[in-house]
Amino acid sequence: MTDTTLTPQKNLIGRFVSSGAHQKLLAFASLIVLLIGFGLASPNFMQMSNMIAILQATSVNGVLAIAATLIIITGGIDLSIGTMMTFCAVIAGVVLTYWGMPLPLGVAAAIATGAFCGLCSGTFVAKMKVPPFIATLGMMLILKGLSLVISGTRPIYFNDTPGFDLISRGSVIGAIIPGLQIPNGVLILFLVAIAASYILGRTVLGRYTFALGSNEESVRLSGVNTDAWKMGIYALAGGICGIAGILIASRLNSAQPALGLGYELEAIAAVVIGGTSLAGGRGTIMGTLIGALIMAVLTNGLRVLSVAQEWQTVVTGGIIILAVYADMARKKKAHA
Amino acid sequence: MNTIVRMTGIEKTFPGVHALKNVQFDLRAGEVHALMGENGAGKSTLMKVLSGVYTRDGGSIEINGKAADPKGPREAQELGIGIIHQELSLMNDLTAAQNIFIGREPRLRFGRLDEAALNQKTAEIFKSMALDLRPDVLVGNLTIAKQQMVEIAKALSYRSQVLIMDEPTAALNDKEIAELFTIIRRLKAEGVGIIYISHKMDELKQISDRVTVMRDGEYVGTVPAADTPVNEIISMMVGREVKDEAVVVPDLSAADVALEVKGLNRGTEIRDVSFSLKKGEILGFAGLMGAGRTEVARAIFGADPLDSGEIRVDGHTCKINSPSDAVQVGIGYLSEDRKHFGLATGMDVRANVAMASMDQFCNRFGVLNEAGMAEAAAKYIKQLEIRTPSDKQELQFLSGGNQQKVVIAKWLLRDCDILIFDEPTRGIDVGAKSEIYKLLNSLAEQGCAIIVISSELPEVMRLSHRIAVMCEGRLTGILPGGSSTTQEDIMRLATQRDPAAQIVSEVQ
Repeated sequence: MTDTTLTPQKNLIGRFVSSGAHQKLLAFASLIVLLIGFGLASPNFMQMSNMIAILQATSVNGVLAIAATLIIITGGIDLSIGTMMTFCAVIAGVVLTYWGMPLPLGVAAAIATGAFCGLCSGTFVAKMKVPPFIATLGMMLILKGLSLVISGTRPIYFNDTPGFDLISRGSVIGAIIPGLQIPNGVLILFLVAIAASYILGRTVLGRYTFALGSNEESVRLSGVNTDAWKMGIYALAGGICGIAGILIASRLNSAQPALGLGYELEAIAAVVIGGTSLAGGRGTIMGTLIGALIMAVLTNGLRVLSVAQEWQTVVTGGIIILAVYADMARKKKAHA
Repeated sequence: MNTIVRMTGIEKTFPGVHALKNVQFDLRAGEVHALMGENGAGKSTLMKVLSGVYTRDGGSIEINGKAADPKGPREAQELGIGIIHQELSLMNDLTAAQNIFIGREPRLRFGRLDEAALNQKTAEIFKSMALDLRPDVLVGNLTIAKQQMVEIAKALSYRSQVLIMDEPTAALNDKEIAELFTIIRRLKAEGVGIIYISHKMDELKQISDRVTVMRDGEYVGTVPAADTPVNEIISMMVGREVKDEAVVVPDLSAADVALEVKGLNRGTEIRDVSFSLKKGEILGFAGLMGAGRTEVARAIFGADPLDSGEIRVDGHTCKINSPSDAVQVGIGYLSEDRKHFGLATGMDVRANVAMASMDQFCNRFGVLNEAGMAEAAAKYIKQLEIRTPSDKQELQFLSGGNQQKVVIAKWLLRDCDILIFDEPTRGIDVGAKSEIYKLLNSLAEQGCAIIVISSELPEVMRLSHRIAVMCEGRLTGILPGGSSTTQEDIMRLATQRDPAAQIVSEVQ
């Protein structure tokens, strides 16, 4: 039974991906195995509503993980994406609720704030040569503090902005195809993924992202202004964090200033499970998306099976190690 | 003499490449057996099979008459096979002794280290090599030559009967090479078999007993080193005769000055360097290791900052603060260290060729024109005869000579008027070398201004229209190219250490 389910899927995905197909195949196969496993274990799991819940749960982490993927491919790391997301949400709250501006301005403000914060991180890393780990660790704390200061440590609600909650929770697809109530949050995740994939694969910025991670000095000696491009990549990742900020604020219909810490690690975990190398130079958005889905499926599936939440965390940790181990084992085999 | 190693019918295939085809090799006790061949001939692969880094696909290995199957470097070491890599693999922050006995440290009770025994054992090995070195010196503070000695000591500490040396003299000066050879001769006398990989013919004549030549992954033949003429060995390597042509110095009196450098200074590395370079001219830079030639090149290219100095391109003073400024005014630099500073080895040929010219291949929104890049890559693959299965091949799978051609393609595509080649043929075999020489000459004919930095005097003399010589950061003289200048003239300037005695003679 498993055979007939797997083979056509493999062919489909096989056509989908060209390079580094194995790791994605591995991650994708794990995802399928998890889905089938949970499906057999509990009849509730395979319900349409539960599938949509999984997708919805993936959206914020998925968008953050895409931002993290960009930075990690350059050979860097960004620890500030979680609190940056929150900061952007708080700024949206200030613009919309405190100042009463129209909805699009709030969204634009959040994305611009993210891009600016990313540009700051990028400046620390590229111009001031602070190691990315330290620069973004500092940024993480700065943004966490600023979120609390600006909001006065209280959540900002979006009750005065009609339609704000629909950004994530409404369903444009559902309006067109009544049977398919896929929330906008999920739609936005996929749009961001497609855009990021396009940028990585088809643009100069993307090519330099890989080149920086592959051999930065050599790129610099090719006459490329590596500092500027690196700052651009951090800014882009920051802007994507801004989108995540809007998504989470919309889902909660509020900006929660205390939230955010820990999201960066979940995002990095998704990136790693998806097969992107922390050493830089290699990685795909598709892999990251699958990584984020695996994490959401695990959390959801274990909850459906009534496994205590504490244990869910333990399992997630184990999966991260297992995923990277499988990748290493495969690479070793390929090199022998 | 008894045979220590016998390899027969060795086969190895990588994705897309048949790297070793039915290769044979044997090594006797107490001999130096040179392994030669162009880059990509399969020398390193064969040695990696012997030292257990790669698993062979076919064939057999016998060590001391017994079938052996080393599964990793560790097992190979236990079989008595030690390898000194081209890139040294020592830990800079540990001492010589700690490096030599890493993983096998003598211990006291409760897991404490016996540092005294460690240093004493090391001192014994150093003594047996007649090497004047303290065991507790930090490896990072040693010269490359001394680090290499530590590597050899490490290999010997395993009681190796076979020592593989991959281009051991690449980074050594003449005196250090002499020291290395003394040690090699001593090891020979003790019955150690040495496999010696090098591209330098004169060295092979000096040190080796037999020479085995490989070409395109195949065994070509084994000849005695002493009574085989160099030309014969070379033609075995390339499958044809290679002839050195004398340099023809063109008349450049009417040519415009492309690059003028005045009073470059940085610390003690670059001291008051001034010279000029005409369009169509090849200016060679000679000097000993550490004379400051690479430093001057990197400073002109904006890779390192200057304390003072003026750089004029086509008569205009330029502010060059970064490589991207240099590229803007048409200066390209090909680093001596391709792997670290020239290429993104994890990326494909196409991306590397386009690396300096991405702006030519994208629209206003930064979207890349893949077809255009593929076309450019295809053009240079054909023109420079880059051997690669396709332009989507990752650089790490190409040989050194082909990697170098990709770097050259990168700068040709960028259309730079001034090209600085730093050791353009380092680690490149004879056949590919003459191709690169030909390329440099034709670039000069097309009006490129070219600087060639080289540590090999024959190379400098063969290419240069003028020869600039450096010593300890100073330009000690500029000599005319052609047959009127001898190696001795260059060496005299290269060793002219006393600043008071120098007379900079600008000869045009």
